[in-house]
Amino acid sequence: MTPPRAQPPAFDVEPLGESALLLRFGERIDAASNARVHAAVGALRAAALPGLVDIVPAYASLALHYEPAAWNEGGTAPWRRLADAVRGALATAVDAPMPSTRTVDVPVCYGGEHGPDLDALATTLGLDAASVAARHACGDYRVAMLGFAPGFPYLLGLDAALHAPRHARPRTRVPRGSVAIGGAQTGIYPSELPGGWQLIGRTPLVLFDPLREPACLLAPGDVVRFRAITPAAFEAIEREAAR
Amino acid sequence: MSVEVMRAGLLATVQDHGRHGHAALGVGSAGPMDAPALRLANALVGNVPGDAVLEIGLIGPRLRFIETATIALTGAEFDARAATAPLPAWRPVHVAAGTVLDFGRARRGAWAYIAIAGGIDAARVLGSASTDVNARLGRAPLRDGDVLGVARADPVASGGHPRDGAALHAIGTFSLDPRPWFDPDPSRPIRLAPGRHAVALDAASRDALHAQPFRVAADSNRVGLRLDGPRLALAEALELVSEPVAAGTLQLPPGGQPIALMAEHPTTGGYPRIGQVAAIDLARLAQRRPGDTVRFAAIDIDDAQTRYLACENQLDRLCADIAARLDGIAR
Repeated sequence: MTPPRAQPPAFDVEPLGESALLLRFGERIDAASNARVHAAVGALRAAALPGLVDIVPAYASLALHYEPAAWNEGGTAPWRRLADAVRGALATAVDAPMPSTRTVDVPVCYGGEHGPDLDALATTLGLDAASVAARHACGDYRVAMLGFAPGFPYLLGLDAALHAPRHARPRTRVPRGSVAIGGAQTGIYPSELPGGWQLIGRTPLVLFDPLREPACLLAPGDVVRFRAITPAAFEAIEREAAR
Repeated sequence: MSVEVMRAGLLATVQDHGRHGHAALGVGSAGPMDAPALRLANALVGNVPGDAVLEIGLIGPRLRFIETATIALTGAEFDARAATAPLPAWRPVHVAAGTVLDFGRARRGAWAYIAIAGGIDAARVLGSASTDVNARLGRAPLRDGDVLGVARADPVASGGHPRDGAALHAIGTFSLDPRPWFDPDPSRPIRLAPGRHAVALDAASRDALHAQPFRVAADSNRVGLRLDGPRLALAEALELVSEPVAAGTLQLPPGGQPIALMAEHPTTGGYPRIGQVAAIDLARLAQRRPGDTVRFAAIDIDDAQTRYLACENQLDRLCADIAARLDGIAR
C-alpha cells in the first residue's frame, strides 16, 4: 500500500493593489511558516512566471510584484489569472526542502562600548553578561526576512531565555553593525539608524553596501552563526575591510 | 550642459521610474510621487522613459542654465518664470544659455517634474538614479550651489537656438492638455479597494472611512500621507506579523490616523491594512497638499486593475504620439 500523498499546505492569495499579489502561509512568526515562505520563493523563481518584477519574502507571507499587462488576456482580471498560475506552480513545491541553505559566519564583539545594553539586559534576564553573550552566540539563526531598512535581517531562532522588550524610548542613532535583541527576535543594524532594540554587541562586517556586488551580505533564508570576538579582533577586521 | 542650483527649494530630488527588484533586501523602490507626470515630462523632451528628472515639492528651486537646454515641466502648477516670462508647462521649451528659471511655489498640487533633454546625469545605485531620502540611496536632495549635469546630448534640439535672444521659447505648436493627468481638485473622491483588515474595523469606523472627509496632515511626506479625520478603530485588537506592503496601501496605526503609503514606502509593515488606493488615483492623491480634503469612494480590485491597464495604454499611446510630433519638428 502506498502512503497517502501529503496534501499541499493551504495558502491564501490576495491582491496587494494592481501590481502585487500577497501569498500567506501562516499567521505567526514561526520557523515552519517561514520555511514554507522560502520554499515557495524557490519554486516561484524556478517557475519563471512572465511579468514578475520582484519576490519579497516576509515572516509568514510573500509578495509577488508583477506587470499586470503580462497577464491581461481574456475576461478575467490579471491578478486572478496570476493567482491561478501561482497555485499551479506551488501545488507540490511548498513541502520541498529549503533551497540552498547558506551559512554565514558573523563575528561579534559582545558588550563594552559595542554592546552598551548587555549588562543591564543580563540583570533584567537574571543572567550574567557572559552567559547572555554565550547563549546568543551558540544559536543557529535563520534570516526570516530583510526589511525596516536596506539589509536589516530579522533573525529567527533566539533562545527563549534571551527574549527582551524593546526600549520605551528608541535611540535616535544606533551604530552600524550593532547586534540587537527586540522581543523574540534578534537582528543586525546594517547602517546607522534610529532603533529601539537592546544593543548587545557589534559586528565589524558591512552588511549592506549598495555599490558592492552583492550589495547585501545576507539573503533571505540564509543561516547566521555568530562568533564572539575580542575588541582587538573587531578593530583588525574593521581595518581590513576599510582597505 | 550643466545647470547650477542657485536655490534648492523645499525638496528637490532626482527621480526615475524607481529602484525595482531589490525589495527582498529591504530596499524600497522610491521613484516619483506622480509617475504619469514624470513619464510625460521625459516624453516631451524626447527622453527615454527611464531617464532621470527633477521632482520638486511645494517650493521650487531657482536654476541657472549655463548652456542652452530643452526642458519640460509637468505635474503640479508652479509659478515658474524667467524674469517676467512665465515658463509654459506641459510642452517642450528651449531655455537660452544663462537663463535663470525660478520655479516659485506650487499654486495647485504638490509635486512637479522638470525633465531636461538628455536626462539628468546621476549615478545608478541598484539599477536606479532615484533618490531614497531615508535609505540615503541615490543623489542627496539638492542643495544650494549644486551643479547638475546632463547625461546625453539634447535629442530634440541639437544645434537649435532660441529666436531673438529670448530666454524661453516654446518648441512646436503643440502642448498637452494636463486635465487627464493633473487633477488637483480635492473634492474628487479617491477610489479605495478594501484591504485585508477592512472587515476588522468597527462598524462606526467602516462607515466613517467612506462617508467622512479626511485632511492631509502637515507631517506627510514621500513615505506616506497621514490623514487627519475621524479616528478609526478595530472591533478588536489584532496580533499581526509584518507583511509586504505596496504604494497605495492604507495602514491603520494604533492611534487611529490612517497612513496612505506613497513612493518611498518601506517594503514591509505590521499595521492593519484597511484599504488599497486605486493605482489610477495614486497620483491624484499624491498631489493633495497638507490641509487638502481626501474622501474615499469604494472600488473593487478587478475594476481598479482594468481601469489601471486602460490608463497605462492611454499613456503609452500619448507618449508615442508625442515622440512622432517631436520627430516631425526635428526634421
